[in-house]
Amino acid sequence: MAIPVIEIASLCKTYRIGELTVEALRSVDLTIESADFLAIMGASGSGKSTLMNVLGCLDRPTSGTYHLDGNDVGKLDRDSLARIRGKKIGFVFQGFNLLSRMTALENVELPMLYDEVPSGIRRERSIEALRTVGLEDRGHHLPNQLSGGQQQRVAIARAIVNNPSILLADEPTGNLDTTTSEEVMGVVQRLNDERGITVVLVTHENDIAEFAKRIVTVRDGKILSDRMVEKRRFAANCAGAGE
Amino acid sequence: MNLLSAVKVSVRSLRANKMRSGLTMLGMIIGVSAVIAMVAVGAGANERIAAQIASVGSNLIMVIPGSTTSGGLRGGSGGSQTLTIDDARAIGKELSAVRATAPNVRSSAPIVYGNQNWSTLVQGTSPGYLEVRDWQVISGRNFTDAEVDAASKVALIGKTVSENLFGGEDPIGKIVRIKRIPFTIVGLLDGKGQSPQGQDQDDVVIAPVTTVQRKVSGTSHAGTVGVILVQATGPDTIEEAQKQITVLLRQRHRISNGQEDDFSVRNLSEMLAVAESATKIMSLLLGAIASVSLLVGGIGIMNIMLVSVTERTREIGIRMAVGARQRDILAQFLIEAVILAVAGGTIGILVGAGGSMAISRFAGWSTLISPIAVSVAFGFSGAVGVFFGFYPARKASRMDPIEALRYE
Repeated sequence: MAIPVIEIASLCKTYRIGELTVEALRSVDLTIESADFLAIMGASGSGKSTLMNVLGCLDRPTSGTYHLDGNDVGKLDRDSLARIRGKKIGFVFQGFNLLSRMTALENVELPMLYDEVPSGIRRERSIEALRTVGLEDRGHHLPNQLSGGQQQRVAIARAIVNNPSILLADEPTGNLDTTTSEEVMGVVQRLNDERGITVVLVTHENDIAEFAKRIVTVRDGKILSDRMVEKRRFAANCAGAGE
Repeated sequence: MNLLSAVKVSVRSLRANKMRSGLTMLGMIIGVSAVIAMVAVGAGANERIAAQIASVGSNLIMVIPGSTTSGGLRGGSGGSQTLTIDDARAIGKELSAVRATAPNVRSSAPIVYGNQNWSTLVQGTSPGYLEVRDWQVISGRNFTDAEVDAASKVALIGKTVSENLFGGEDPIGKIVRIKRIPFTIVGLLDGKGQSPQGQDQDDVVIAPVTTVQRKVSGTSHAGTVGVILVQATGPDTIEEAQKQITVLLRQRHRISNGQEDDFSVRNLSEMLAVAESATKIMSLLLGAIASVSLLVGGIGIMNIMLVSVTERTREIGIRMAVGARQRDILAQFLIEAVILAVAGGTIGILVGAGGSMAISRFAGWSTLISPIAVSVAFGFSGAVGVFFGFYPARKASRMDPIEALRYE
C-alpha cells in the first residue's frame, strides 16, 4: 500500500498560559490516505483548530509523531516548516485571507513567490489555477471587487497553485450563504475527484461535513469517532458554471 | 524570494500609503539636505579662507625689523629701521632657497587725477614684488630695476584706485599727483580681492621703493624699509630659506653670537594651518548639528515601520502560511525601510544642493558641494534605513503565524 499522506501517532499538544496548562490534544492517532476527503468536526474548544494548525505545519506537536508524505515534520524548525507549508500544504480560511491590495492573479502567485518560481511560469500557473476554479476572467480584479464566493475560489486557486499534497480548509463556508457554500464545496469536491488532492475540511456544520468522504469528530482533544459518510452530498452544479 | 520580487513587493506597499511614506521620507529629506547644505557652507568657507591666504602669495616669508630700545623703553616689533633695500637685494642674490624678494615701504597718501581724488596706500617696492605676491599686470607693464635705481616717478595702480580715479577711462600713460608729485601710470594690476584680514588688496598704488622713500614717505633713515617680502623656491624650502635669511642678516648687521636678532623672520603657512583648523572645526560642528536631524528622520522611519508591522499583522500571517520564511518577512520590511531612507536621502541631496546654491546666491556665502559629502550622505541614509528598520522588521519576522492569522 502507498504511503499515507498524513500519519500522526500519539500526538499531544500542550499550551502553557501562565500557570495554567491546557491539553489541547491528547494522544491523537490519525491516518489520511492519498485522495481522501476528510471532515474534522467538533465544538469550539474541542481541539480541532489545534489539530488543524499542527496538520498545517503552523504549529509543532509537544509529543508524538507527524509524518507528512512519509517525512517526519514534527521536529522541524520554523523556516523548514515554512518551506513545507509553501510546497505541500494549501490553506483555505474562513475569512478568505486574500491580500487586499493585490489582484486575484497576484494573490494566487504569492506562494510561488516564496518558492522562487520564475515569473513567467508563475503567471502561467496562476492563470491555470484560476481557470480551475472558474475565475480566469477575474484575474485583474482586486478582492473587494469580487463576491464572497469568488474570493473564496481565488483563495482555493492560491492554495492549489503549488500542487500541494493536502488542501486544508478551515471553515471555508463560514462566511458564505447556503448557495455560495455549495458552490465552493463543489469546487473542492471536484479538485478532490479530478485531481486527487487530499482534502482536510474543518467545520462544525453537519451538512457541510457531508460533502466529505469521511468524518472525524474531535472532543476534549481526543478523536471521538471516525466514520465513512453513508449518504455523501454532491454539489449540484460544478464550479465555474455557477456565475 | 529573490531580491527583485522583494523590492517590488516593498515598493508596492509603500505606494499604497503615499501620504505616510511621503511624510516619513520628509524626515530623511530634511536631515540629509541639512547635512549637505551645512557641509557645503563649511567647505565653502574653508576654501574661501584658503584662497584669501593664497592671495597674499605662495611660499611667502616676511622679514620684519626688530624692536627698538631707547632709554629702557622697548618699542614693538617692526619699530626700528634696521632693514635696508640692500638687505633685500642681498637676500635675493645670495641665497639659494630664495626665488624673489621685495622690500616694502608703505605710506598713506591722497592721489589726484584731474578733478578726482582718492586716498590710498602707496607702496614702494621692487619689480620682484609682483612675482612674490603672484600678482599680474593686466594692462601696461611692471616697472623695472632701472626705474628703481633712477627713482623714476612711475606707478602701478590697483583696480579699486583705477575705478575711483578713472572710471571707465584707460589709466595707462595718465599722470596722477601723489602728494603733488606727478607720477606716470605704467600698469594696471589684476584684481586680487580681500586679504585674510578683510582689507581690499586692490586699493593700492605701487611705485619704485626709492621714489616712495624720497618723494612720498620722507623717511628719516634713508634707504630703510618696513618689511622685506621673500618668496622661497618652493613649499619645502621655506624653512631652509628662513634659516639662510637669518644667517645672512646677522652677518650683514654684524650681530655677534649671543646677541639678539634685530629682525624677525615669519612665514604664512602657520597662519594657513590655524585658519584651516578653525574652519574644519566649524564644518564638523555644522555637520554634527545637521546629523541630529538625520537621526530624528531615522527614528521617524522606525516609528512608521512599527506601526506598519502592527497594521499588517494579518498580511504577515498570510505570507507565512503560504510559505514565507522568517528571512523573507525580515527582508520585506527591511527593504521598505531602506527604500524610504534612501529615497528620502536622494531627494535630500538634491534639496541640499539646491539649498546651498540658494545660500551662495542670496546670502553671498561661497558654498562647495563635495562629492564626498554627497556619497557619505547617501551611504549614511542607507545605513539609517538598515539600522532603524531592523528592529521593526525583526519583530515582523518573529510573529507566530497562528496568532498573526487570527489578528483582527
